[in-house]
Amino acid sequence: MTKDSNSMKLNYDVDSNDFTRAGEASSNIKKILKQLGVASKVIRKVSIATYEAEMNIAIHSYGGKINVEITPKEVQIVVKDNGPGIKDVNLAMKEGYSTATERIRELGFGAGMGLPNIKKCADVFELKSEEGKGTKVFIKIFLN
Amino acid sequence: MELSKVVDELNLEVIAGYNDGKKEVNGAYIGDLLSLVMSKAESNNLWLTIQTHLNVIAVATLVDVSAIIVVENMEIDEDTIKKADSVKVPLLKTKLSAYELASKLAKLGV
Repeated sequence: MTKDSNSMKLNYDVDSNDFTRAGEASSNIKKILKQLGVASKVIRKVSIATYEAEMNIAIHSYGGKINVEITPKEVQIVVKDNGPGIKDVNLAMKEGYSTATERIRELGFGAGMGLPNIKKCADVFELKSEEGKGTKVFIKIFLN
Repeated sequence: MELSKVVDELNLEVIAGYNDGKKEVNGAYIGDLLSLVMSKAESNNLWLTIQTHLNVIAVATLVDVSAIIVVENMEIDEDTIKKADSVKVPLLKTKLSAYELASKLAKLGV
């Protein structure tokens, strides 16, 4: 964690298939926002967005990173993974569409709601994905 | 209503993370798809589910439910129990189905 007078930066590594640690980054982010006195409505949005992002990395990617910057105005979240990238982004954004395996679904994931949930919580949402390379999601959630 | 009242009246088995049961309970949500629970459950809800692996604790903490109630007497992973204790999320259990428990909760006025 780094901090200057106007912003705080948090960085997390998320491993592929690591369901035992998955949820730790989002839980930690939530705790910090609470300590900063951020409104619970905003905390909920950030929590959902970061949790879904974390699970997406664990379920679908070869691993990745979540970088969060908290400023007096907003929370910026950048989620970057190391591939394999999304084949059809329009489909992936559709509620109910999922490429998760049966094993993952049995754990309660793979409802096809991850990216749509993130988008719903975000004031700004951008997704770039390149097959064979990876996916980057940029999220901004305003504090007011 | 306080959580302790729900636990006592409905004979719920306390598994972990319970403390004194003073948490406020307001409504309930039933679901096993974690994304749906994340987006629909509200804070202070009771969460009725058959999911028992570690990730339910993360979801419960993130949406601030007042307790997780595992229905149908499903077996709970040891890691989940440990985590519930360490982050103090009340983890409860019943042999009732989600429907049976929900009807009782409604009668109780949750």
